[in-house]
Amino acid sequence: MTHLLRMAAALLLSAGGAALAQDANLGRNLAATCANCHGTNGQVRGDTVKPLAGVSADKIVAAINDFKSGAQPATIMHQIAKGFSDDQIKAVAAYFAAQPARR
Amino acid sequence: MSKPSNLSRRRVLHVGLAAAAAPLAGCAGLGSGPSIGRVVVVGGGYGGATAARYLRLWGGNVDVTLVERNANFVSCPISNLVLGGHKQMSDITVSYGGLEAAGVKRIQGEVVAIDAHAKEMRLADGRKLPYDRAVISPGIDFMLDQVGGLAAPAAQERILHSWKAGPQTLALRRQLEAMPDGGVYALTIPKVPYRCPPGPYERACMVASYFKQFKPRSKVLVLDANPEIQSKKVLFEKAFADHYKGIVEYRPNNELKSVDAATNTAKLEFDDVRADVLNVVPPQRAADIARSAGLLNMNNRWVGVNWLTMESTAVPGIHVLGDATFSAPLMPKSGHMANQHAKVAAAAIIQLLKGEPVSATPVVINTCYSFVTARDVIHVASVHQYDAAEKTFKTVPGSGGVSAAANQVEGRNALSWAENIWADMLAT
Repeated sequence: MTHLLRMAAALLLSAGGAALAQDANLGRNLAATCANCHGTNGQVRGDTVKPLAGVSADKIVAAINDFKSGAQPATIMHQIAKGFSDDQIKAVAAYFAAQPARR
Repeated sequence: MSKPSNLSRRRVLHVGLAAAAAPLAGCAGLGSGPSIGRVVVVGGGYGGATAARYLRLWGGNVDVTLVERNANFVSCPISNLVLGGHKQMSDITVSYGGLEAAGVKRIQGEVVAIDAHAKEMRLADGRKLPYDRAVISPGIDFMLDQVGGLAAPAAQERILHSWKAGPQTLALRRQLEAMPDGGVYALTIPKVPYRCPPGPYERACMVASYFKQFKPRSKVLVLDANPEIQSKKVLFEKAFADHYKGIVEYRPNNELKSVDAATNTAKLEFDDVRADVLNVVPPQRAADIARSAGLLNMNNRWVGVNWLTMESTAVPGIHVLGDATFSAPLMPKSGHMANQHAKVAAAAIIQLLKGEPVSATPVVINTCYSFVTARDVIHVASVHQYDAAEKTFKTVPGSGGVSAAANQVEGRNALSWAENIWADMLAT
């Protein structure tokens, strides 16, 4: 947990700028945009879509960047990933990594 | 809320392991401890239900009351599959029990007046509901006076819209089932903006899929007031040609002027069309409660909102979600978008109740799947970031888009989307 907090603090202090640093709920709010398909807090229902809760932040960042670059083909995620900045992707990933997997 | 211990236990049962993520105070706080504020949510659809759920999930002890006239949630998305005979009403109906277990007080009823100065709502049964912040997610009502003859009782009985999922979904299905092979089903589409831009074209596909299998000599006639298909155009054109050649006929620039219920006739500018089943999607505006509350400050039709909070720009203290809002550029009126509006509103309302600053950088996404056959699906997606200079949401250049082609992988993803968004909004 301290590691996560340190990571989150580093994230907020680094490239984010004033608006991001003031917004303690940034990761939570951004992650909620994913919930419609990936489940509330990334705890997905069914086995069609990949769960995000409890997945390491590095893994999530890498996956989204692979969608962004086209390295990983997708039906829809390549289009959605391009809508988020690097800082936003890091904040989303940190939030999901800290959530317990549903099962 | 009279038995907090019961609620806590039920909540733990419903939420399961996820409850472990919440601080213990979150559970203990249900029904006990000082409330940080009272929020009344009007409308339990994609926007309102999500707002109620997330106010509880994120707000700790926010006192949330949801007023909804229907006993259960019935989904517009996926309802076209009921028309096609591929799903049943029970497949698109979900209970509000999950929200109640999450600590939302539910009232099945109707708000008839909102006193924004006294911060109080009045229900049809005379009860009064005081609030600190109100959330109105009323959906749409129809501008029946825009189509001659449509408001007449005989027309209302026979000519269905089925543009609000529920009894009319089933009633239209029954009309299609009763129609003889060789009959004509005519669907009229109003000028934009209307709820669910791709919805009419998906409906044409679903009805055609039913005809193709069971009534192959029948026709689907799409009478569109717009100059072209309004969403996923190339993909729908391909579906019409590949799957429904000889069944679907698409006519652009055909605005409905009036109807004759006695003969089931749609009267267009240059043409009259007699149909066996006439399905009129009328022009729309924000629903009645938004109008009576004085919220329609955009073209006397839609509700202007501050996109950082979703608060009405006409009446302070009232946050408005979903189809009723005057949309930001390229922002569709969709259930998915209403869910996203609700999360922006919930986050902002909690901050406002605490006297803390709201997020300055909200983001919303839209994803909309359309079935072109019982299994093949196409999507449109967009990402909208808040633009501080223009005080609105704008799509991110280079992001978003549509399917490369209709496919069955997205058919499974669409049903998974429904399962997950219903769980997200209704806390099932």
